[in-house]
Amino acid sequence: MSTVDEAPDRPRSVRTRLLPSDHAFRVIARAAGTAVLVIMLLVGLFLTLQALPAIRRAGWGFLTKQDWDTEGNNFGVAGVLVGTILIAMVAIVIALPLAIGTALYIAEYAPRRLAPLLVNLVDLMAAVPSVVYGIWGFFLLQPHLLVRGNQAEGLPRWLTTYFGWIPLFTVDDYNPRDPEASASRLTSSTFIAGIVVAMMVTPIIASVMREVFAQAPSGEREGAYALGATKWGMIRFVVLPFGRGGMIGATMLGLGRALGETIGVVLIISIGFVIQPHILQNGGGSISALIASRYSEATDLGIAALMGAGLVLFAMTLVVNLLAGVIISRSRSGAASEA
Amino acid sequence: MTMTAHRETTTLPERAPDAGFEPRRSMGTARRSDILAALGAAWAALALTALLFTQLTPFDGLLGFVVVAFVLFLAIYALLVSLDERGPTVRDRLAAVFVHAFAVIMLIALLVVVIFTFYRGIDALGYRNFYTQDMRNAGPLEPLSVGGIRHAVLGTLEQITIALAFTVPLGVTAAVFLAELPGRFSRFVRTIVEAMTALPSVVAGLFIYSSVILVLNRVRDDLPSWLQWLAVGKSGFAAALAISVMMLPIVIRAADVVIRLVPGTLREASLALGGSQWRTVWHVVLPTARSGLTTAVILGTARGIGETSPVLLTSGINAYTNGNPFSGPQVSLPLFVYNSVTRPDAPMIARAFGAAAVLMLLVLFLFAVARIFGGKPAGVLSRGQHRRRAGRSYRDAVRFAGRQHARHHNEVNE
Repeated sequence: MSTVDEAPDRPRSVRTRLLPSDHAFRVIARAAGTAVLVIMLLVGLFLTLQALPAIRRAGWGFLTKQDWDTEGNNFGVAGVLVGTILIAMVAIVIALPLAIGTALYIAEYAPRRLAPLLVNLVDLMAAVPSVVYGIWGFFLLQPHLLVRGNQAEGLPRWLTTYFGWIPLFTVDDYNPRDPEASASRLTSSTFIAGIVVAMMVTPIIASVMREVFAQAPSGEREGAYALGATKWGMIRFVVLPFGRGGMIGATMLGLGRALGETIGVVLIISIGFVIQPHILQNGGGSISALIASRYSEATDLGIAALMGAGLVLFAMTLVVNLLAGVIISRSRSGAASEA
Repeated sequence: MTMTAHRETTTLPERAPDAGFEPRRSMGTARRSDILAALGAAWAALALTALLFTQLTPFDGLLGFVVVAFVLFLAIYALLVSLDERGPTVRDRLAAVFVHAFAVIMLIALLVVVIFTFYRGIDALGYRNFYTQDMRNAGPLEPLSVGGIRHAVLGTLEQITIALAFTVPLGVTAAVFLAELPGRFSRFVRTIVEAMTALPSVVAGLFIYSSVILVLNRVRDDLPSWLQWLAVGKSGFAAALAISVMMLPIVIRAADVVIRLVPGTLREASLALGGSQWRTVWHVVLPTARSGLTTAVILGTARGIGETSPVLLTSGINAYTNGNPFSGPQVSLPLFVYNSVTRPDAPMIARAFGAAAVLMLLVLFLFAVARIFGGKPAGVLSRGQHRRRAGRSYRDAVRFAGRQHARHHNEVNE
């Protein structure tokens, strides 16, 4: 028996000490992170503080009243809130198939050499300023494609003629079969604003989806092909189920952007404060458009009421985006996708 | 015991007679019949739609024509394919048609937006004074030969420069924090930052309006002197702050993604060589991620440069060149566009489109720069970087060899 064995092994005590430079680095980095967090929290804090007088004055009526008369103490965001959601819904309904199609095309169908170019084009489309989309909608889309001439030829008239029995597509005081009917009943509507917003959010959704689709494991793809699947069969049973979480998350990211879009909506819509469920009819509203058109309010209460509207919008986009983040990161494909 | 000698024989398979030259197989997946079916269906759909629109029904309108033609194409194509294929294949072909159609619609939409802007802007872009004058002497009815967008270009450039001066250091440091110091706190910050990427720009403007312009200005005299510069009225600086608040989460998010893509083995190699964490970040992580970081910043810039509503709320509109971002309204390009298109006068609208075209050019330029500098994954070097790195490595080798030589020399001398 050797004497070496007698001292039992004990873990050595390891002490780590940061170098001064490392210490400074950590402090600075943490400070930057904290500063960013503080700025983001300040946004919510200041809006709340500034909005308090108006919210206290209006009470729950702030969420239910459909008027914006701050002098007469009668104001609420119900109308513009519904308008915001309707515009975002129209935008998402149009953007979603376009985005899925584009993302699938780039990820699965496009020739290998063409794909990087298309990725760049989609990213470029996401970087086009919203005011450019706005003037495009106002000067080209509305007068030349959707509501053309005195007869208001185009998709909205067709929709209200044949689907006017659905409340969503009804247009009050407008008879599409009457040649004298005023075309202006169909302009500046929620629908047209929604199309413009769809143009802005489609590339955002498409670019996230493309990344999600590209991550579908090649083993499963090849497995599907080996079992005799067609390309669509492979997409349907491998790529789409794999990317489902990412697709939902991407859509919600787009929804967040659509809810907050300002200038494109201001340029198109003629703002009203009552709930306007007829998306093809002139008039509508959104919170951001309300803020942008009334920011020069003179009274303190008027400003406070706008802050309250901003707070509602802020809370809404924050919730939608937080949900999007959670869904993306929980999904199988998520984690590394970039927005 | 007898052993039967079993002779092992090799059976040669019977060979087919040599077929001679074998034609090369096509590796493509498209067959001639597929292409013919698509072309035939397209032609038939066009002809049938034209017939419907001109002879049979009172339909009209371009949009209707396209839609009817598309539906007819789908039907005829499905019929043609189903003649010699089965259900799954027919569905596959139809899905392919839809995917292609949606991608084409997107591309057309992008092209239309870009071309339309330049087409309408060309009137104003032709005048030299459009770039060298501001709107001081130009009323709304003045022809295009008077007045220009010098003030708006200057405002845009100053505001984005100030915004970048805030967002780049803060954003990249915060991204380094998120990626290099993982923990519960950084996860929380990341969640908040990701949620803020969709912060509506009008809310960012409202925030600066309520905090800087309303509150800080009210308490300006009570502020410590090192904070008084922050208390500005409606000005380009306030607009730059609003743009910063909007850009910050975008830049952090993109930079965080790029930094996390740096291979962990590079970090470990640096740490194993005795580098401290700070040295590792500064000499390994950030240089590796440089092209991606550049892209992140430039794409954030492109977003910030095109935002209208923060500037509208925090700076306001003016017609003369205001070089001082700290006092007085300072218009920017998108705000100029927005303000001008709402006027009824033709020259103002032409100017608006000219300014929009200039704005698009700026964004395109930034985009091209981002693609030249960035777009490469972490660790992939350009040819120049490769050469420089090889040069450095060679000099190191020479230095080490020299040192060793000297040491050897000393030993011999002793």
